[in-house]
Amino acid sequence: MIENAGRSLWLDAWIRLKANRAAIVSAVWLAFIGLICLIGPSFTNHEFTTQYSSYVRVPPSFDAYPKADKLDQEIKEIVARAHLTLKEWKEKDGRFFVTVTAPKPIDDRVTRYLDRSDSFKDGKVETKSADGMEMTMSAAVQKLYFYFGTDTSGRDLLTRTLMAGRVSLMVGLLAGFVAVFIGVIYGATSGFIGGKTDEIMMRIVDILYALPFTFFVIMLVVFFGRNFMLMFIAIGAVLWLDMSRIVRGQTLSLKRQEFVQAAEALGVSNMGILFRHIIPNMLGPIIIYVTLLVPQVIILESFLSYLGLGVQEPSSSWGVQISQGSRNMEGAAWLLIIPSFFLTSTLFALNFIGDGLRDALDPKDR
Amino acid sequence: MKKPVLSLKNIKVNFDTMDGKVEAVKGANIQVNAGETIAIVGESGSGKSQMMMAAMGLLAANGKATGECEFEGRNLLAMGKAELNTIRGRKISMIFQEPMTSLDPLYTIGNQLMEPIKHHLKFDAAAARKRAIEMLELVKIKEPERRMRSYPHEMSGGQRQRVMIAMALANNPELLIADEPTTALDVTIQAEILELMADLQHRLGMAMIFITHDLGIVKRIAKRVYVMRKGEVVEEGDTKAIFANPKHEYTKALLEAEPTGRKAPPVAGAPVILSGEDIQVTFKIGGGFLGSPPIELKAVDHVSVSLKQGQTIGIVGESGSGKSTLARALLRLLPSRGALNFNGQAITGFDKQTMRPLRKQLQVVFQDPFGSLSPRMTAGQIITEGLIVHEPAMSAAARDARAVQALEEVQIDPALRNRYPHEFSGGQRQRLAIARAIILKPKVVVLDEPTSALDRQVQKQIVDLLRDLQKAYNLSYLFISHDLAVVRAMADHIMVMKDGKLVEQGTPDEVMLKPKQDYTRRLMAAAFAS
Repeated sequence: MIENAGRSLWLDAWIRLKANRAAIVSAVWLAFIGLICLIGPSFTNHEFTTQYSSYVRVPPSFDAYPKADKLDQEIKEIVARAHLTLKEWKEKDGRFFVTVTAPKPIDDRVTRYLDRSDSFKDGKVETKSADGMEMTMSAAVQKLYFYFGTDTSGRDLLTRTLMAGRVSLMVGLLAGFVAVFIGVIYGATSGFIGGKTDEIMMRIVDILYALPFTFFVIMLVVFFGRNFMLMFIAIGAVLWLDMSRIVRGQTLSLKRQEFVQAAEALGVSNMGILFRHIIPNMLGPIIIYVTLLVPQVIILESFLSYLGLGVQEPSSSWGVQISQGSRNMEGAAWLLIIPSFFLTSTLFALNFIGDGLRDALDPKDR
Repeated sequence: MKKPVLSLKNIKVNFDTMDGKVEAVKGANIQVNAGETIAIVGESGSGKSQMMMAAMGLLAANGKATGECEFEGRNLLAMGKAELNTIRGRKISMIFQEPMTSLDPLYTIGNQLMEPIKHHLKFDAAAARKRAIEMLELVKIKEPERRMRSYPHEMSGGQRQRVMIAMALANNPELLIADEPTTALDVTIQAEILELMADLQHRLGMAMIFITHDLGIVKRIAKRVYVMRKGEVVEEGDTKAIFANPKHEYTKALLEAEPTGRKAPPVAGAPVILSGEDIQVTFKIGGGFLGSPPIELKAVDHVSVSLKQGQTIGIVGESGSGKSTLARALLRLLPSRGALNFNGQAITGFDKQTMRPLRKQLQVVFQDPFGSLSPRMTAGQIITEGLIVHEPAMSAAARDARAVQALEEVQIDPALRNRYPHEFSGGQRQRLAIARAIILKPKVVVLDEPTSALDRQVQKQIVDLLRDLQKAYNLSYLFISHDLAVVRAMADHIMVMKDGKLVEQGTPDEVMLKPKQDYTRRLMAAAFAS
């Protein structure tokens, strides 16, 4: 009937998952987001901390900055800042030649005013009149691309969104992993031992459930100071509770299965039963829960960051970016739309994958 | 000439699955006449249920039926859902196998009974209620007024199946389709339900289709029989004629599938290998963290067992009689009171740790070949797990060699050991469970209903296999079953249990031919009525 290698339930599930187009598209999308967040910031030619004061809140565009119509104004401003008078300016071979005059001899160092601007670089003196009161400077135009525009501090939004994605995804995965690890061990132990131990362990969970989450995090911050790792601990420490409940329930029902009784009758030790029989058979629901947990963690992280308890400037996360963007909704909608798109599409993808996995791993379907 | 009520012509049922198209029914023709009872027999997977599901428009989403299914001159397969609903439950009704799950646990019996009456017969609440009580009386439920207010979980399996029958008959259907209605019930209750159905059919005069794998039932209830195999009807005709003179090979095999032969008692002076004196097991029910004091339930009440080397003790009784609990107590898988002895060593009060070295020689095979094998392990991993525990020094290669040997002994191709349990059939899985037990070369094997979930033919093969293994290794069996035909073929000593107590014991001939107790007599009458 089937090839000799045997088709495990995992392979069965994989075949079913492959047939679910939404889940596969989501998985590809998620992989793509992960990849660009990881390597993207090295290719954007901007540091995520660099502030371009000339380009505060510029809208997304594929054209290079500065734009030609802006240059005239830009040059006038630079000249005014240097307390000089503009005589004329012209463009030649990609360089700008600015001729300025002044009532007294001009210092060569005025080229720095050009360099200081975000639009020009490599400023140097071309010619200088004999009295030094008229000078021609030249500078190359610095072409900058802001595909996603810039934020309120003039930082490139593309780079920042990708950097924020790193943080959001990392928090999601790491805190998710912490929650699963603690939850599975705790829940399986509690359910498997049963009796009084189970009662006590579950009452501890009840008590932890009763702690207000925000209060708990504020307390941690007060004691240990603001720290990125602290957030993982805080989120992980709260979210494992759900996991342990789920795992305990699964363990209780698996424990009564005949194959566990058979293992007991074989004389398999408790650890052997737990790790060879119970946990492998729970992996389906655990994986499904993880895909639902990661979005939850990402949202929690943005909530904490919004309160000022999570990621701090200049670092950022999608949640932080969205909260900043919402303040600039009028006039700079891209600040809200772009990070929101990244966050929601990631959450969508995770949910679709979770949904697909649930269908693929659900034994009732068989 | 009687007129046909339902005639199926060239019915084909296909399922689209991951492995491609599966043909469940390959062009079957079946006809039921008014007031007639027919039976459709075949082993699981023969398509007998799917065919009737197709006729009723109840196929799973990936199933597709073609052919013609004529009822009152109309083709059921061509009907839309709305039109079909005027017939389903009104003129054709169905009873399913599982009385535990076919009633909704959230509604009272009365509610569930009245709903179809109100819907199809357009009765008002008072009239529907009256009708529902009549129906409960008809199916001989005691105190029908009170039972109207009961929830399904308050009733026993037999009672629930009676309610299902009442529901099915409430609208005076012309045809009743019963899909293995007694398979999940104990033998004595099975007999009562069959009697009730035969009686009702006689009084109400509807036609009945009985789907079953049990030839005993066919003989008792059906006038005509269709034998199905792999989606085809291989033989049809008058029940008596077919039983007397089967023509098709498969029918012959089915009829011969009853386990035969007897087991000779162990040699005189064989040592007692496992014994328990005055075993008591009590379960505490309820009483949690802050609950009321728990209720004590005596699952096993002062029962003594003594199993000799090479002996097979059959333990019979209805479900809930404590037979499985007794076996688990003997293996110390459950805490119990009473002295236990294994191989000359007192094991009374042994806990998990101290029992572990002895587990090698005390093995169990469970009833459910689906549930007793871990679905995430390969066959090879499953059967060698005991070796990892008891012979940790053994190399992987040596373990594999033992696995191959054990698989050969249970007649499974060792090349299949990398497959997973769901890729094996029910009978093969039970063989795997047996291989897992014998690979450790045990002295005692407890067989907890090892053949109950299997088809007759497979049952016979497993019984033969168990007998061969017993001869080869001088094994002692504790054989738990409610199927007396199998017990008769396997055991040389029978213990009858009821409500946790030992009712009667003796050799198979003593117990089966000359039962002393009333309960045993009823059990035998139900099992060997034909």
